[in-house]
Amino acid sequence: MTETVLDVRNLRVEFPTRRGTLTAVDDISLTIAKGEILGVVGESGAGKSMTGMAILGLLEPPGRIASGEIWLSGDRIDNLSETQMQAVRGRRIGAIFQDPLTSLNPLFRVGDQLVETIRLHTQLSKSAARQRAIELMREVGIPAVEERIDNYPHQFSGGMRQRIVIALALCAEPELIIADEPTTALDVSIQAQITALLKRLCRERGTAVMLVTHDMGVIAETADRVAVMYAGRLAELGAVEDVVRRPQHPYTTGLMGSIPSLRRDEAELQMIPGAMPRLGAIPEGCAFNPRCAFAGPKCRRDTPRIHGNGAACWLALEGATA
Amino acid sequence: MTRPILEVAALERRFDVSAPWLNRMIERKPRRTLRAVDGVDFDILPGQTLALVGESGCGKSTIAKLVTGLHAPSGGSIRFNGDPDKMQMIFQDPYASLNPRWRVGRIVAEPLRTLRPDTPEAQVTARVEELLSTVGLSPADAVKYPHEFSGGQRQRISIARALAGDPEFLVCDEPTSALDVSVQAQVLNLMKRLQREMGLTYLFISHDLSVVRHMADVIAVMYLGRIVEIQPTKDLFANPLHPYTRMLLDTIPDLEAPKRDRAPMGGEVPSPVSPPSGCSFHPRCPLAFDRCKRERPRREVHVHDRRVACFAAEAAANV
Repeated sequence: MTETVLDVRNLRVEFPTRRGTLTAVDDISLTIAKGEILGVVGESGAGKSMTGMAILGLLEPPGRIASGEIWLSGDRIDNLSETQMQAVRGRRIGAIFQDPLTSLNPLFRVGDQLVETIRLHTQLSKSAARQRAIELMREVGIPAVEERIDNYPHQFSGGMRQRIVIALALCAEPELIIADEPTTALDVSIQAQITALLKRLCRERGTAVMLVTHDMGVIAETADRVAVMYAGRLAELGAVEDVVRRPQHPYTTGLMGSIPSLRRDEAELQMIPGAMPRLGAIPEGCAFNPRCAFAGPKCRRDTPRIHGNGAACWLALEGATA
Repeated sequence: MTRPILEVAALERRFDVSAPWLNRMIERKPRRTLRAVDGVDFDILPGQTLALVGESGCGKSTIAKLVTGLHAPSGGSIRFNGDPDKMQMIFQDPYASLNPRWRVGRIVAEPLRTLRPDTPEAQVTARVEELLSTVGLSPADAVKYPHEFSGGQRQRISIARALAGDPEFLVCDEPTSALDVSVQAQVLNLMKRLQREMGLTYLFISHDLSVVRHMADVIAVMYLGRIVEIQPTKDLFANPLHPYTRMLLDTIPDLEAPKRDRAPMGGEVPSPVSPPSGCSFHPRCPLAFDRCKRERPRREVHVHDRRVACFAAEAAANV
């Protein structure tokens, strides 16, 4: 059996507000194995970034993990103190965010930032750490490393900066990398370079990757399995080929149909009527039921849930009109 | 033959990006100019959609601003064979392009009040209600403020505003890039329906090739301020002529072929302040030869009927 690196069990993230408690992540369970890329996809407000932040222990107060457990290679990490979590972040879980400029300090040379991060997490001497920084920059595909290591972040292009952020995330050889929209700010040709790099690193180092994005194309290209989120809940989970080619959940089907095809000519794009509900106004039963053409009485009453591969849809779960 | 509604010829726009005068004197640095648009030609036929695609910094948004008169050209010409009042624009960011202090009714009525100030108030109100229904909003939404709407609904308001003056020609600069895909589908379908019903002409600017394939009749691919290839949509996807177009088509993720492994194209778009000599794509081009470094390729009649600016394509066509 493959080694499970990340195991999220029934995770629930809540935001207490004056108008009541909002549930941003509602009973999410998922696992990522060694060397596997799990894509987490959804539209704005679906809770995908919040799931990543909860795993990193970076929820902004008053947001908090209300229930559930997060396990990293057999160690429970959701109940650690902030000091203990600091030792996990960076060393065992690397993070890559959308905007590489906010992840890099503009006042320090990139080489110094890498050396500092390496020395924070390992026992290496300064010169050994610099050697390691050079190797990492080379590994993420930065040309002429010896000349560029002493440059400042603004001297690099967007794609090169994102490579440096990836090198930073790799400094301590983490077991898990959480990449939140790592290619969204980049042009398509650079996006392809970065996803190819992530795939290669994952394969060569056996790192588990959680790739959070709104872009189904990036997921299809990069991920092994995909989790589709809707209104804080898991709508569908499965192998990327299955979810992309034969989606089971009506929301996934609608989502796939709304993307213009590169092969077929369509007079009209498929549309999902309406919009995703706000967190304070999630309907009873299945959160998607008001927009779903197949919704029956059960869908309006009971919430379908999945805790493994499948679709959280009464039609798919029970195989008949609910 | 139908006369084009828009004719753009040898269009140029340069921006001065020099350091301040004193710095230039002290550091003995010359003036620097950025050629955002560098000799661009295209025509658009009435009722059609021409799309400009390319990566950031290729000059596509600058062309939108030149066509709508928000920038003055540094060279070349733009001829609009229609009533200039009948040209409108839809911008990318539905949050920045609507005045947050105005009610939706006033926003949508603004072009009407500006272009036809003697319209009676009752007619303006009726027209605003009609426009809001046309774009799929409720006439009652006229009294609300922009912040009460989602991104997709705001883009519908921008479209209603653009339609207020009965335009013939719409310049759409990345109209759906800020929207989620399911919302994007709603807005794209709306734009196509309006084009069909009102005979609109679109200049559609986007970086997303799948969106462009869905919307455009003709696609112009831009690289560093130049059009490297321009073809009817079907032909461009079936038979891309420029190596850059081929590279772009290779890099877009294909949902119908998941988990594809591919060798992405190396390199990046160079700075438009100091573009490479000759063909600006030559440092990244697998087919480049000596001539590409020396000479700038142009779209010639004898090379695929002016569809591509590439010496390799020219050589292949002459064999």
